[in-house]
Amino acid sequence: MSDVSALIGAVAEGRTRVEEAGLAGMITLRGDLSSSKLVAAVTGLAGVEMPGQREIKAGDDKAIAWMSRDELLIMVPHEEADGAVATLSAALAGEHATVANVSDARALFRVEGPHAREVLAKLVPVDLHPESFRAGEMRRTRMAQVPAAIWQSGEDQFSVICFRSVAQYVFDLLALSAKDGSEVGYF
Amino acid sequence: MLILECPCCGVMADETELAPGGEAHLKRYGPGSSDEDFEGYLFHRANPKGVHFERWRHANGCGKWFLAARCTNTLEVFATYSAQTPEPPQHVIDAIRAKRPDWSIEA
Ligand SMILES: [Zn+2]
Repeated sequence: MSDVSALIGAVAEGRTRVEEAGLAGMITLRGDLSSSKLVAAVTGLAGVEMPGQREIKAGDDKAIAWMSRDELLIMVPHEEADGAVATLSAALAGEHATVANVSDARALFRVEGPHAREVLAKLVPVDLHPESFRAGEMRRTRMAQVPAAIWQSGEDQFSVICFRSVAQYVFDLLALSAKDGSEVGYF
Repeated sequence: MLILECPCCGVMADETELAPGGEAHLKRYGPGSSDEDFEGYLFHRANPKGVHFERWRHANGCGKWFLAARCTNTLEVFATYSAQTPEPPQHVIDAIRAKRPDWSIEA
């Protein structure tokens, strides 16, 4: 696995701050999400409940996100990713499922501050009104020209996952959208 | 702007989150079929002005294929439904007939 994250913790300071969140362990699991064996393996590993459609269940340092009806994204501390893949693979032996460590294929960003919701709303074709998009939802979408997944990870904080190869592009988008003086104040 | 509800993840997906896949419910002709059937499968499309069945993929979303019944003339969307069906299900036909009483599937 890579020793450094895509942008080595790049930060854009401002009233709403954009930060590349460093190394994160991410595991893609595809299989039958209704399988009790699969559910037990995943929830046992992450220590959180199984997410329903478009949900993300997050604990202190692990999370499970529903990515499609046969796909989960499991987030763990970076150094635990390989071990988690081994644990899941062993637990799912005989199941029709695949487990892949995708940590090196992704970049993770945090957008935090009073206009964090608005920073994202400028970039994605998603209704981000607080009554429509709430904490607990994992939303895969398109951020300008590239795929991204977003969720609310704190009171004034949103998280964004994109492909590592477009990390600089996404950072630049977020930084520009968060620039002081560009607030719209819609929400 | 076209907005379709993805039946796989439940999102009201903006057109720019979707990838079009052409006409739905085509019968596939492959090796061993007649030249006419193969040509028809490859090239012949209904291309109606009116009710149309289409394939769409929620490409920048859950990634799944689904089908949509909509009007190419008014851009109304009658229904979106599972791609795992060889013909439009009854509830989709009912939704179309509710707005197009004269429409029939052969047309
Ligand atoms: Zn979808």
